[in-house]
Amino acid sequence: MKILVGVKRVVDANVKVRVKSDGTGMDLANAKMAINPFCEIAVEEAIRMKEAGVADEIIAVSVGPQVCQEQIRTALALGSDRGILVETEGQTDPLAVAKIFKAIIEKEEIDLVILGKLSIDTDNNQVGQMLAALCNYPQGTFACSAEIKEGKVEVSREIDGGEQTVLLDLPAIVTTDLRLNEPRYASLPNIMKAKKKPIDIIQPSDLGVDISSNLKTLGIEAPAERSAGVKVESVAELVDKLRNEAKVI
Amino acid sequence: MAILVVAEHDNSSLKPGTLNAVSAAQQIGGDVNVLVAGSDSRAVVEAAAQLTGVVKVIHADNACYEHQLAESVAPLVAEFGKNHTHVLAAATTTGKNLLPRVAALLDVAQISDIVEIKSEDTFVRPIYAGNALATVQSSDSIKVLTVRTTAFADAVIGGEAIIEDTDFGVEQGSTKFLGETLSVSARPELTSASIIISGGRGMQDGENFVLLEKVADKLGAAIGASRAAVDAGFVPNDYQVGQTGKIVAPDLYVAVGISGAIQHLAGMKDSKVIAAINKDEEAPIFQVADYGLVADLFKALPELEELLTD
Repeated sequence: MKILVGVKRVVDANVKVRVKSDGTGMDLANAKMAINPFCEIAVEEAIRMKEAGVADEIIAVSVGPQVCQEQIRTALALGSDRGILVETEGQTDPLAVAKIFKAIIEKEEIDLVILGKLSIDTDNNQVGQMLAALCNYPQGTFACSAEIKEGKVEVSREIDGGEQTVLLDLPAIVTTDLRLNEPRYASLPNIMKAKKKPIDIIQPSDLGVDISSNLKTLGIEAPAERSAGVKVESVAELVDKLRNEAKVI
Repeated sequence: MAILVVAEHDNSSLKPGTLNAVSAAQQIGGDVNVLVAGSDSRAVVEAAAQLTGVVKVIHADNACYEHQLAESVAPLVAEFGKNHTHVLAAATTTGKNLLPRVAALLDVAQISDIVEIKSEDTFVRPIYAGNALATVQSSDSIKVLTVRTTAFADAVIGGEAIIEDTDFGVEQGSTKFLGETLSVSARPELTSASIIISGGRGMQDGENFVLLEKVADKLGAAIGASRAAVDAGFVPNDYQVGQTGKIVAPDLYVAVGISGAIQHLAGMKDSKVIAAINKDEEAPIFQVADYGLVADLFKALPELEELLTD
């Protein structure tokens, strides 16, 4: 079984990002960048399947500028076998990313695609579902468990109010939620070995994909700041304020 | 031309998020049609037909829609979506699972989690866990949008829409529904509760959530949790409030033993009043709290319960 995982380069989850003063975007100069945490979970899940003997090869794919090779290298150090960078400049719409993945799936004859449910920068939560539609594949989104069973994948999904379990024929698309697994760290020997693993660099046009966008970002602004209120001295004062000042209880 | 809202339901009742999606559709302007895809779901159709502003309810009643699987529902929504200018659904796990699939079938973009409508083609949505708001304009022929439910009022009852049945059904064998485990609680649902009390890592273990439950019972509140509390296994994931959990905006949010990571604030900072109890006076949660109490929660919670009894 061949698995494709997506790795997106995003600002590190611990960095507090701010809007640029001119409203054109986020101030990311010198910010630490990392693999999107949900993509990291996708890579980990694929590696576990390979370790369990149900997967043979893991291909890590990123869509973005040249520097995204760093995140592909990390995925290779963690245990992916090879990488593909589809080179684009700036932001690529989720639909275009899904079209790129579809073209790679067809070329590489992929059985299972594991993607993060969302990236922590754009918060879209779209690519997996769009890819499933384009390929007419089943989708197991927001997965908290994924198990290969006799040529199918059984996925438990995080839904409002609980969990849903579905059984999907392969090929299928799975997107990861937080509880799916806890990703490992890459060991130094594996980081060294990863330097020898191949990364193909291709253009969207090589795949016949048009990445033009019908969306235009008119501006980005900081949300209204909530200011700190008052400190109360006791539980009794808190209850009094909530009851008589805020009138919410 | 009209706007299509996809109803969310459990075949017997309409989920509250649909009311917010309908009111967002009314703000865009034009006739609002609601699509109900379900199995044995007549009661849902009747509820949707009573919403003010809804002109038509399209009812697809077919066994293949029983569990609202995106693989079955998306082709139906795309088929009817073609005759509409906008397709909307609540940004719940159901809506988020479905609408990107619909958008891809229509070969258009999807805009996630809108919090404001500027015009019929321009929308505001949070990015970077709510640290920024992006204003996005779409030139697609059909705009496919998920709606942040806390940002739009509930549509009210008072209409009388016509009902149109369709036998459009998509049998697909590649996805099989195996089961669902839903937590059963007598408390209000997190996303629609007017008071929420949430616990964080400071609760120390799951058993201590009993302390929160006792207070919640007095207040008629729902119980939430931070990601740290969920990761530590104190409570199930569906309690989670935050960037990756539920987005809430109750009248009162009480954060107990929650430090206030940006990912958590992303899920609750639109609450009308925020109260925080934390023993660390430097905790970032105090920067957004209207009322902050620096105290040991194990002493404060029983005292709070007692004071609320009076």
